[in-house]
Amino acid sequence: MQAIRDLFNSFLLIELLQGLRLTGRHLFTRKYTIEYPEERAPQSPRFRGLHALRRYPNGEERCIACKLCEAVCPALAITIESEPSADGTRRTTRYDIDLFKCIYCGFCEESCPVDSIVETRIYEYHFERRGENIIHKQELLALGDQYEQQLAKDRAADAPYR
Amino acid sequence: MAEFANLVWIVAKIVALVVPLFIAVAYMTYAERRVIGWIQWRKGPNRVGIYGLLQPIADAGKLLMKEVVIPQNANRFLFLLAPLFSIIPALAAWAVLPLGDGLVVADIDAGLLYVLAMTSMGVYGVIVAGWASNSKYALLGAMRAGAQVVSYEIAMGFALVGVLMAAGSLNMSEIVHAQQGPFWEWFWLPLLPLFIVYWVSGVAETNRLPFDVAEGESEIVAGFHVEYSGMAFAIFFLAEYANMILIAGLATTMFLGGWYSPFHGIGYLGPIFDLVPGTIWFCLKAGFFLFGYFWFRGTFPRYRYDQIMRLGWKVLIPVTVVWLVVESVFILTGFGPWF
Repeated sequence: MQAIRDLFNSFLLIELLQGLRLTGRHLFTRKYTIEYPEERAPQSPRFRGLHALRRYPNGEERCIACKLCEAVCPALAITIESEPSADGTRRTTRYDIDLFKCIYCGFCEESCPVDSIVETRIYEYHFERRGENIIHKQELLALGDQYEQQLAKDRAADAPYR
Repeated sequence: MAEFANLVWIVAKIVALVVPLFIAVAYMTYAERRVIGWIQWRKGPNRVGIYGLLQPIADAGKLLMKEVVIPQNANRFLFLLAPLFSIIPALAAWAVLPLGDGLVVADIDAGLLYVLAMTSMGVYGVIVAGWASNSKYALLGAMRAGAQVVSYEIAMGFALVGVLMAAGSLNMSEIVHAQQGPFWEWFWLPLLPLFIVYWVSGVAETNRLPFDVAEGESEIVAGFHVEYSGMAFAIFFLAEYANMILIAGLATTMFLGGWYSPFHGIGYLGPIFDLVPGTIWFCLKAGFFLFGYFWFRGTFPRYRYDQIMRLGWKVLIPVTVVWLVVESVFILTGFGPWF
């Protein structure tokens, strides 16, 4: 009996027609395409994009050269060198991130005891010359200064869950 | 002088057929990408020009400017000849297809035989391309295409024998005339199994999904045209799409009453719908089949090679043979309005 039913099903193309009906319905569903330069996908406050180094409101660098980020970085993308500064505190003299090595996992951000190294929401950037993929301390600080408002807001939004 | 004028007239007819055909091919690629995009919840190409309508022109420009790379150990002569082998039959078969009442380039009496001959020739392009490329994948694709087309040619031929019996003529215009009447008097209804077999083997003949083992990009890269680039590749592409439109046009002619409106000959409705030119009805019906190609592509996964052979030899051919017997009984008993 089952065999006869199967025979009828295959000769009447039942399953094929069911498949066609399904895709036919999908023809008219709302499309999920986001037309990128004009439309953008929503971003979470936890978005992990290009890095930045933050400062305290009085302009002092947050980074204390503890090198936790360097230690935790799974891709070994961070290189830090430090020396005592004029006022006797420990400061970095070099803070390089190789953006080719970086996998944007956010561990550096998580490990930082002073919220210094952070990842911004910037994801549109490019390099035009060899070596530009290594981003230095001054550039990181500049990024931090530029996006400080957004960064502080995102940290505040995430604070209850940290 | 009269001969010369005649020649010019023939060339003009050919140009009038081929130019719209090429435009149709170009916009088929666009329509295909849009329709499959919609099925997959995407929007498809919509950037070049309004609604992306200039996309095919941009694609053609790109292909024209690309280099035609000829592999080192390829047979140069055959390698460049193969695209022509596939485009020539694809275009030549159009000569006998009536696009409207009397709108046909060559109204020959053996039209159906001519079409069968031409559509079978197309596979030589594929085989020659596969052999001349001197590449494993191309050769595999060519072998698959050869075996597949040979198997499905038989089922297709049998399905057309059914049409031939019903119409009593090999002339394409005569076949359409035999279907004069509203849509239930067309041949698709009494010959429904043959119609489906014809359509399935038509999809297989043109190497379209779900029967595209000759290309099989997930298995053998691109099959017979892996080594082709630039314009040589574009010609294969053109031939494939010209063949698709041809099969759609043939299905329309044989089974869906060619240029007749679906309500031809019904009371008041008939004359109103007959105001629309026959060519438009023809294009609408062919468009239905073309949409079917895209729809199938968006729905069905690719057949395995041995499954294709099984379907061709063990299912389609027996079905056609059985239905030819049934049809003979119909003809002898003068069944329905058709015979």
